[in-house]
Parts: sequence; C-alpha cells; structure tokens
Amino acid sequence: MWRLCLLTGTAFWGTAFWLAGTLPADAFLAYVSNEKSNTVSVIDTDQWAVVKTIKVGQRPRGIEFTRDGKFVLVAVGDDDTIQMIDTATQEVVDTLPSGPDPELFIQDKAGKVLYVANENDNTVTLIDLTRRARMGDVQVGVEPEGMAISPDGKILINTSETTNMAHFIDTETRQIVANVLVGSRPRFAAFKSDGSELWVSSEVGGTVSVIDPVKHVVTGKITFEIPGLRKEAIQPVGIGITPDDKTAFIALGPANRVAVVDTASHQVVKYLLVGQRVWHMAFTPDNKFLLVTNGVSNDVSVIDVAALKVLKTIQVGELPWGITIAKP
Amino acid sequence: MFQFGTISHIGARELCGYSIRLLGGLLIGLNARMTDALAADPTEIGIGYLRRAKVEQTLSLVEQPAADDGIAGARLAIEDNNTTGKFLNQHFTLEEIRLKEGEDAAKVAIALADRNIAFIIADLPADQLLKAADAIRDRGTVLFNAGATDDRLREEDCRANIFHIAPTRSMLADGLAQYLVWKQWKRWLMVVGSHEQDKLLADALRRAASRFGARIVQERVFEDTGGARRTDSGVTLIQRQMPVFTQQAPAYDVLVAADESEVFASYLPYRTWDPRPVAGSAGLIPKSWDAAQDQWGAVQMQNRFLKLNSRHMTALDMQAWTAARMIGEATSRVNSGDRKAVVDFLKGPDFSVAAFKGQRLTLRPWNQQLRQPILLADGRMVVSVSPQEGFLHQVSELDTLGVDQPETKCKLH
Repeated sequence: MWRLCLLTGTAFWGTAFWLAGTLPADAFLAYVSNEKSNTVSVIDTDQWAVVKTIKVGQRPRGIEFTRDGKFVLVAVGDDDTIQMIDTATQEVVDTLPSGPDPELFIQDKAGKVLYVANENDNTVTLIDLTRRARMGDVQVGVEPEGMAISPDGKILINTSETTNMAHFIDTETRQIVANVLVGSRPRFAAFKSDGSELWVSSEVGGTVSVIDPVKHVVTGKITFEIPGLRKEAIQPVGIGITPDDKTAFIALGPANRVAVVDTASHQVVKYLLVGQRVWHMAFTPDNKFLLVTNGVSNDVSVIDVAALKVLKTIQVGELPWGITIAKP
Repeated sequence: MFQFGTISHIGARELCGYSIRLLGGLLIGLNARMTDALAADPTEIGIGYLRRAKVEQTLSLVEQPAADDGIAGARLAIEDNNTTGKFLNQHFTLEEIRLKEGEDAAKVAIALADRNIAFIIADLPADQLLKAADAIRDRGTVLFNAGATDDRLREEDCRANIFHIAPTRSMLADGLAQYLVWKQWKRWLMVVGSHEQDKLLADALRRAASRFGARIVQERVFEDTGGARRTDSGVTLIQRQMPVFTQQAPAYDVLVAADESEVFASYLPYRTWDPRPVAGSAGLIPKSWDAAQDQWGAVQMQNRFLKLNSRHMTALDMQAWTAARMIGEATSRVNSGDRKAVVDFLKGPDFSVAAFKGQRLTLRPWNQQLRQPILLADGRMVVSVSPQEGFLHQVSELDTLGVDQPETKCKLH
C-alpha cells in the first residue's frame, strides 16, 4: 500500500516541480545591483529566488534595462564607467564612457541617448547609446543624482543633493530652463505617467515634493509620521508610481518601511514594513509586484501591489542598491 | 543665465526663429520661480573668516594641522554655495583674515562689519570670540563659531549674535561616554593634563561618566614640565615613562585621557601598564568629523575637499564648511542675501542643514548650538557614531549629547 502512495506522491511532486521549472508566460527577471559586493543578483520572479550572480565592476549602483531589453546597464561608480550586461548571456560585454563617478542614469524614450549624473563633477553627461560615445554635458548643481524624463520626452530632470534643487533641462537644447528648490538632499525624481506631476524625494528633509512641471512650482509636500519612530530616521529615497497614477510607493530608508501614498490626496494610506534601509524599487512589467532593495539587511522584499502586503524576502548580495525588471 | 550655443551661418529666417526662441526662453525664464532675478546683477553675499593667530603643535606628526586648517573647508563651501548660487543669481565671496599675535579680535570684527560683511565665521578662543561678538552686536552682524568648544559660550556666556557650529566639550565627552557605556567599558582610569583646557575637558568627562553610568576608578594628573615636544630619539624614554606612570591602578576597562594641550595623551596607547584601550584625547577620539568618514554620502564630500585642497579634511574644516553652508542654505530658502531675512530663517523652525552625518542638523533654539552626531575615530577608521542606540530623548536624540534645555544657564539676549 505504501509503495502505491510513494509512487503517486512522487508522480505528483515530480509534475509539480517540472511545471515550476518551466517559466510560465509572466515570469520576469529582476537585476539587483549590490553596491558592496560588486555583483548583480538576478532574481527569477516566478521562483522568487536568485538564479545567477554576475560579477561587475566596483560600486555598482544605478541599474536599468535598455529599452529594447537586450542589455542591462549598470553604473560602476568607482570604475568611472557604465557596464553593459548582455541579457542573453548574462555577462558584461562592453562599457560606456560615462564620465567620473556615475550613479544614476536614464534613457530617452527611444533608447538612443543616455543621461548620466556625475556626482563628483556637478555635471550630467550625455551618451549616444548607438555609437557608445559621449555626446556632451550639462552643468548642474552640487552632487547630481536623481534623473527622470517627462513622459513626452521633452524635459530631463536632474536633482542635486547639496544644492537641493530639481533642474529642468530641455532635451533638445540641453539647456536648463528652470530650477525648483526642494527639501534637503533630494535623491530621486519620478513623473506621473500622465506628466501632470513630478515627485522628488528629499532624504534629509524627510519629505517628498510634488512639483507642477509646467509652472515649475512646488504644489505640495508629502510628510511622513510613524508612531514610535524618531522623525530623523524617515528618509525618503526611491519612488514608484503605478501606471494608473493612483498609488505611489516611497522607500523611507532607515525607517525600514515603504509608504503607500494616495496620489490624489497626497496622504499616506499605509506603511509596509520591509527590510533595513529600504532604498530603490521596481515594478514587475505586469505591475502585480513591487520589489524593493533593503541595503542594510542585504535582501529584496516583494510587495503584492493590489493587496498592499509584503509577501517575501529574498537574500541577495551586500548592500543591494538599485533594481530593474523585464521579461527574460 | 542663458547659455548660448555657437551660432553659425545665420540666415534671416533662422535669425527670426532664433529670436522667437530667445523671446520664448525669456518668457519661460520669467515664469520660472527661481529665475526671476536673472536679468539683474547677482546678489553679492560676503562672508568673513576670522582665524586665530597661532596653530597649536600636536604630538603626532600626522595630526599637525595644515596652515589652512578650517578655512579650507570654508573655501569649499563658498564654491558649493556659488554652484547653487548660479541658479539663484547669488554670488558668495570669502574675506579671510588671520589675526596677528596679540591683535584685538574686536577691532578686526568691527572692520569687517564696517565693510558691510553680515556674516563672520570665527575660529577664535572663547574670550576673543566674546569680545568680537559684543563689539559688533549693534550692527546686526552675526558670528558663526566654528572653532571654540567651550560650554560657557553656550551657557552663562551665550550671545544672541553667535551661532555655534563647533560641538561643545560636553557633546564630545557625552558622545564618547555613550559608546564606552554601550561597550560595557564602564570603569575608567582618567589622566588629566595640568593646563586649564585639560581640566575643562576632564570636567566634561566627569559629568558624562556620571550621566551615563560610568565610574571613574581613579584620577591622575600628568604635569607639563615643559621641554620640546618632538626630539630625535625621545621615544625610548617615553616607552619607559608611560608604563611606570600608569602602573598600580585599580581595576579599570579604559584609560580616558584629557589632554587638549597635547602634552602626553598620544604617548599612552600601547604603553599603559595594563593592556587597556585609550580614549579621549588619544586612541578613540570624539570629533565632529574625520577624514575616514565614508557613511551617508560622505565620500562625495571627502572627494570634493581633497580635489580642492590636496589634503584630508579635518573636523575644523568641516565645522567651517557647515557654517558657510548654513548661510548658503538660508539664502537659497529665503531667496535673498538680506541679513535680517537670513538670520530670521536660521533662528526659525524650518531651518536645517545636511552635513553627511545621516540626519538633518538643526539649531537648539535656547542657545543656537548646532545639534550633530559625534564621530568616534581612531585615526584610520570611524569606529562608531553617537548618539548610541538606546539613549532616548523626547525632542531629539541628538539632545542626549551636551547640556540639554532643562539644564541650561543660557538666556539669550
């Protein structure tokens, strides 16, 4: 009798594992930069596990799929370059002349131009992605970091950490057309997909500024309050806005939480407890899940976007910083 | 500021199109909140830097302060302020004055105030700082104390026209004591120098021990008997002297040295009779900044400083940088160089400054002391940052360092 049980049991579990092994249509790969271990962890969003660790240059931070999905670009700041990982082979195949100490970068809509923030130089460097050559630069404020592009592709945003401004740069003329003062130490900028608002996080100021991108004024400030937690620990960094523009997720750094904000009222509706020093985030392409990097606990938290619950934690390399997700 | 690209082969049509774009750009510029003033000359903001005459000699060759110690930090901040100022049509200049030996700081401060300098960063001993502050008080000129750590300047001798950026001796001592207590190194052998400033530091350390639960098992005084600080082959004598000086102590965990005068503390590590760590003026040292600080984006700061000044950044450099940055932060927030607007903003509830120590720094309203974390460094690494976890406070955990509001003797006037 037990042999029959064993046989059916094996058949059942064997089939289950076989099914799990083949990637169903909505499985994605998340690439996570590990600032300290100089690696990139690749997470399979179906297994929710790391399937590969890629060795990269020194101090990897900004990380992004190219628009055509063929490469993952990762800024390796201490090597003063941006590496290109071929997504087919999952190996570093080339580098881009990024200027010194690149941290964050962003591509234009067509995926032809790369805008890179060079923190040590107070510049934004422009790179032609097809020729893989430097095209020019824009002088900005002290310690540029956050980068965003307006949905119509016309305006590039760069935030400077010590100047405390969001600079609006015309992508055609490459001139700064406006500067908006925000809270202390702005880190990240994100547009709503309808282009009606620009959100900028201020890490030391502890707020997120909502900016009218046409009038170039701050129209609102989102503040955070967590009972029992000292205000200084609330340091907003990464921002993720759902494509319907209704919900925004803000990583609050050493507060170890992600704030869920209703974009209409600008009020926090929930705080999600994740790992330590939550930093940046990315949605899966189907927008079902949001993955956030927890720098100090060396892991990635998986958030169910609809249910607003943290489902899982995945161990990655040391000091996970940025994350980018696409179909394999 | 409109940056024009090179224009070649302009035809009439192109010129017309260019003019329309220029006009359009001008209109966008006028609409933009921050670019209103671009048509006019920039607002000039002059900041004075008043330096003490003498730079003290240190026992350690590598710690000997550079000739531009302190002011190098201010110079970098002026550059940073001017980068920001480009977008706000503000321009900053630094007026550097080094006092001559015996020169009256008050006279020099008055001279700066006469030239309409509204903000003066000062690295002066306490008495000279007070003389200068009182001399310029009625002119609306404000001093930024970047160098003096005396508690009395924030207590019984506080002044409404001084902002304190340097930490106090009590903040430094508390920062150290919190760590030693956290580490459970609660039994201290304290060795105090024979000069006035050494005794002041010892007072702060005694207070810190009592406050946080450490016990000073014994105190010894190291008399300064004069003589050259550095001699060619003096180390063989020191190697014999220090163990003998520290022998027969009651059981202790750490030797805490109060030696601001640089007479003996640096000779103690690895030479104590019992194998014990040294802290205070040598060994594990509390300070507002260290060249080894690499947390919270500090590497950016260190790189910029190194690039401009070709040397490592000291605590005094950082205190001066922060002072100049506070002025720049205020002028950007009020969008003006007017001294009253700037000072009102600094004294108001919205002021804070980011200084690469993981949280925003604010001014204590009762005595205008800048709240700040204290680093504990051993000369190569930052070992810890106080306040230590677990020391709580109802207003700000940074107020567990130094003399707190309910205890203050300061009445600002």
